[in-house]
Amino acid sequence: MLDLDPGPYGFYIWTSYGLSAGALAWLAISSLTFARRWRRRAQDLEVRLRAEEARGADLR
Amino acid sequence: MTQALAFLYNPHRFMAFSAWAAPLFGALAITLAAAGLWLGFTAPEDYQQGDTVRIMFIHVPAAWLGLFVYVCLGGASFLSLVFRQALADAAARAAAPIGAVFTALALATGSLWGKPMWGAWWVWDARLTSVLVLFLFYLAYMALRAAIDDEAKGARAAAILALVGLINVPIVHWSVEWWNTLHQGRTVFAAGGSRAATVFLAPLFLMTLSYMAAFGALWLVRIRGEVWRRRAAAAENRLAR
Repeated sequence: MLDLDPGPYGFYIWTSYGLSAGALAWLAISSLTFARRWRRRAQDLEVRLRAEEARGADLR
Repeated sequence: MTQALAFLYNPHRFMAFSAWAAPLFGALAITLAAAGLWLGFTAPEDYQQGDTVRIMFIHVPAAWLGLFVYVCLGGASFLSLVFRQALADAAARAAAPIGAVFTALALATGSLWGKPMWGAWWVWDARLTSVLVLFLFYLAYMALRAAIDDEAKGARAAAILALVGLINVPIVHWSVEWWNTLHQGRTVFAAGGSRAATVFLAPLFLMTLSYMAAFGALWLVRIRGEVWRRRAAAAENRLAR
């Protein structure tokens, strides 16, 4: 039987679960945005680098 | 073991592996957490702790993960320092913020359990103090890396600090045996078998597995970010020439 009534300890229990959920959600979001931001940046720079190298080869 | 370590030596193989492993671990973490939360909130109240026993289902996994992640950080630091493996260094750097969050959660949820049960938010007890030291090691590791402009030097200095911090891991683990502490002694892995009831062990283990899977997913995603960051830096250097 699901028991969601923590009686006098509600503040301690829900704060613990809320903090944990919030911290883990923040970790997940920050990790995903960190990885996506750098993937985009690296891919853009590598495209530019390849273009520069192709232009250099043409000039030679 | 050799196969597992091969991922640390080969970024291409690691990127191929982590592309499917990270979402798999993430899905596993959510599924296990749903099952653990269900069992945790259908378990009866503890005869002494009452409903606050439910805090244990997230406090204990966070504390275990805080220690486990530090061992991973130490292992990766060792590989990066001794074998100069760039991917191991990326793994160490990626582990630090995750471990710091798990340790902070262990301290915060422990405090929220301690107030109604012990009558105090904090006591300078050996277990609590050694976990606080563990948290400070995480912060010091991140601060040291951020403080040194030369990334290679910063990585070496931080790796040495991480290895020094490994001394604290057994202290945290055995603090409840070596000193008289208010914090309870070993319960789940007590000598002679667990002293916790099965009805509490099931949600505890499910939540621990969920936290482990979440760590796996987050670690892989952050290492991937580190690899991309270094590729961007390398491309930027070549463009600047």
